[in-house]
Amino acid sequence: MTLDNIERILSITATITYIASMAAYIFYLFKQKDELQNYGFFLICVGAALHFLGVCLATIMMGTLPAYNLKQTLSIAALALSGTFIFLNQKFNLKILGLFASPLLVIIMSASIILPNTLPSQPLFLNDLGLRSISHFWLISHIVMIFTGEAALALACGSGILYLIQEKAIKEKKRGFFYKRLPSLALLDNTSYTSIVTGFTMLTVGLITGLIYAKNVWGTFLSWDPKEIWSAVTWLIYAALLHGRLASGWRGRKSAIMTIIGFAVLLFTLFGVNLFIGGHHQSFTK
Amino acid sequence: MSEITLIGLNHKTAAVELREALAFTAEESANALKSLIGNSNNKIKEAMIFSTCNRMEILFISSDKSCKASQSICSTGSSNSTGSSDSSESTDNTGSSDNTQVVINFLSEYKKLPVSRFQDSLYIYNGNDAVRHIFRVASSLDSMIIGEPQILGQVKAAYRLAALNKYSGVVINRLMHKAFSIAKKVRRETGIGDNAVSISYAAIELANKIFNDLNERCVMLLGAGEMAELAVEHLISHGVKKIFVANRTFENGVLLAKKFNGIKAVYGSNRRCAIQDIEHNSNIVQDSEDNLRNNQDDFSKNRENDIVNAEAVRFEERERLLQEVDIIISSTGATEYVLTAAQVKKSMTLRKNRPLFLIDIAVPRDIDPKINKIDNAYLYDIDDLQNIVDDNMEERKKEAFKGERLVDEAVIKFQKWLENLDVVPTIVAIKEKIEKIIESETEKTLNSLNLREEDQDAIKRMAQAITNKIMHDPIQFLKNSGNHRDDVFYLNAAREIFNINNMNGD
Repeated sequence: MTLDNIERILSITATITYIASMAAYIFYLFKQKDELQNYGFFLICVGAALHFLGVCLATIMMGTLPAYNLKQTLSIAALALSGTFIFLNQKFNLKILGLFASPLLVIIMSASIILPNTLPSQPLFLNDLGLRSISHFWLISHIVMIFTGEAALALACGSGILYLIQEKAIKEKKRGFFYKRLPSLALLDNTSYTSIVTGFTMLTVGLITGLIYAKNVWGTFLSWDPKEIWSAVTWLIYAALLHGRLASGWRGRKSAIMTIIGFAVLLFTLFGVNLFIGGHHQSFTK
Repeated sequence: MSEITLIGLNHKTAAVELREALAFTAEESANALKSLIGNSNNKIKEAMIFSTCNRMEILFISSDKSCKASQSICSTGSSNSTGSSDSSESTDNTGSSDNTQVVINFLSEYKKLPVSRFQDSLYIYNGNDAVRHIFRVASSLDSMIIGEPQILGQVKAAYRLAALNKYSGVVINRLMHKAFSIAKKVRRETGIGDNAVSISYAAIELANKIFNDLNERCVMLLGAGEMAELAVEHLISHGVKKIFVANRTFENGVLLAKKFNGIKAVYGSNRRCAIQDIEHNSNIVQDSEDNLRNNQDDFSKNRENDIVNAEAVRFEERERLLQEVDIIISSTGATEYVLTAAQVKKSMTLRKNRPLFLIDIAVPRDIDPKINKIDNAYLYDIDDLQNIVDDNMEERKKEAFKGERLVDEAVIKFQKWLENLDVVPTIVAIKEKIEKIIESETEKTLNSLNLREEDQDAIKRMAQAITNKIMHDPIQFLKNSGNHRDDVFYLNAAREIFNINNMNGD
C-alpha cells in the first residue's frame, strides 16, 4: 500500500467520522439528550485527528503543505474548521454550534474527496521559483492563518444565523422548533463576537504574511490583483463590524447580519474571484 | 389477601369549600389515623391520610380475614369499580366495602359533616385502581397543574407521618416507595415538568433565553403587585445582582425592597421556610411549582454570602435607570404608559445596545408596545406570557400520556407483587428456589463422582428429604395464619429472606 493510498483512506475515514458526527448532532437537535452532543463532539475530534494525520502524511510526501489544487485546499480548510470548532466548543461549551460545523465539514470534505487530484498548473511552484526557506515559511503561515481565520469566521456566521433564528422567535413571540433548543441570545452573540475577533486576528496575520511572501517572490507587496482587492474588502467589512461593536455598541441583530454578509464576501474572495475574475491564486481552485 | 382502598376528593370533584371542610392538618391526620387503626371493630390494618389544598385522600389496607369467605369477590371486585363518584353506592357486601363505609362514616364524624354533604364528591378506588391513582397523584398526573413538582414532597410528608407512627405497614410501605420511584421516573423520562406554566416563571424562562447569566443582571420593578413581586422573587432565587424598586409612593417601595432583601436572607438560611413564605404571599396555585423548582435547580448556584441588593428609588428615576438595568417588570395602576418608546430608544444608545427585557404585567398596559420594535429591546405583556403558559400547558398534557403509560407498567408490577404476597405463592416460590439450588448442587457433585445409578438415586432422595425437612417448619409457620397475626408482614419477611421478590420481574 502506497503512502498515497493511506492518505486517501485516512481522509475518507475522517469524512465518514464527520458524517457520523453530523448524524449525532442532528439527533441531538431532536432528542435534546446531552450524550448525543457528546458523541457528536467526540466524533469530530476523532475525525479531526484522522484528518490531521492524513494531511501530515501528504505534507511529508510533498515536502510542503498540500494546498496546490482545490481538492487539497478544501481539505486544509476543513481541517482548519474542525480545529477551530474544537477550540471554540471547549472554550464556550456552545453545543448547538456543532450543528452548523459538522454539516459544513461534511460538505467541504465530500467535495474534496470527489474532486480529482489535478496536477498543479504551476507544478511545485516553490522549487520552480527557487525560493529560499524563509519564503516557504511565509507561504505556509499565510495558508494556515488564512484558513484558520476563515474557519473561525465561518463559525461566527453560523452563530450569527442561529442568533437570527432565536432573535426572531423571541421578538415575534412565536416560539418554534428552535426556541427550546437554542441557547440564549447573549451566548450566541458572545460566541459570534469571539469568533470574529479570533478570525479577524488570524485573517490580518494571514494577509500580512501573504504580503511579505509576495514581496519576497514578486518583489512588491501589492500587485492590485483582484484577489488582493477582494481580500482587502473582506478585511474592511470585518474591521468595520468590530469597530461598530466596540465604538457604538453594534450588537445583536445588526451584528449578526453583518457577520453573515461578511462571510458571504469572504466566500466570494476565496472561490468566486478565482472562478469569475482570476488572479495569481488561480492554481488552487483547479 | 390485602385489599387496597382509597377514598378521596379533589379539585375535580369537590368545590374549594368542601375541600377546606374536609382537609386534615398533620396533627389531625395523626389523630385520625390513630383512632381509625386503633378501632378493633374494623379490619383496617394500615392507613394514611393525604391532604393538600387540592385534595384529601384516605388510603387504607383492609385485612383479608373479614373477606376470607368471599375471597374471590374481594380480589376480582377491585377492577370493576372505576372510581366514579357514585361507586360508593355500590352494595357489594365484601369486607373492604364495609371498611369503606366505616371510613366514610368516620370522616363524617371526625369532620362533623353529614355524609350526604360530601358523598357525591367522593371517589372510591379499589385494588389496582387505587394503586394507579396513588401513582398518578405522586407523579403529578392528577394535579390541577400537570407536572407541578410539589405534590411529590407532599405525598412524601404524608407517608412519613404514617410511617413514623407505624400506621403504614408492608403494603403501604411498598406502595408508597413504588409511587416515589415512578414519580421520579415520570419526571425524568417525560417532559411533564419542562416548561413554565405560570406567568411569572414564563418570564424567567424568557429572561434565560435572552441573557446568558442572570447573576450579572439588574432588575427594576415598577409599581407592585402579586404577580410582579413573584417574578422578582424568582429572579432573586436565580441570583440577580441588584433590584431597584420604583414606586409612586416611595414608602411602599422602601417596604417592598426590605421584603425582597429579607427573602434572600431567609433563602440563605432556611430554604424550606422560604418556600412556604413565598407561597403564603402568592396564593397563586400555579406558581407554587416554581418556588420548588428554583430551589432545586438554581439554589446551588447562589452563594450564601451573596446578599441581594434591593433598593427603593423614586418613580421619577426610572428613566435614568433605563441605562443601568437589564430587566424591567412593570405592574402599576397607571392609565397611561409609564415607559415610552422614545425614552427606551434614547436609553438604548446610552446602554450601547445591551439587550433590555421588559415585562408588562399591568392591565391596562404600562409600557408602550412600540418598544418591541426597537432593536435589542424585548417586550412581553401579560397576554404574550399567558400564550406561552397555554402552549406549555398543552405540551405538558401531551407528555402526560407518556407518563400514564409508565404508571400503567408500574401498576402491573405492583399487582404482581401483591398477588404473590399470599401464603400459597410464597411457599411455592420458596420451595422452588430451594429445590433448584439443591438440584443443581447435587447434579454438580454427581457428575464429578461417577457413581452407580442406585447410589445416585440414593443421594437424590437424600437431597429431596433435606429440602422437605428444611421447609417443614417455615411452611407450618407461614400457614398458621390465625392468632391475630399480621400475615402480610411475615409473608413479606419470608420473601425478603429468601430474596424471591426480585424473581418476579420486580
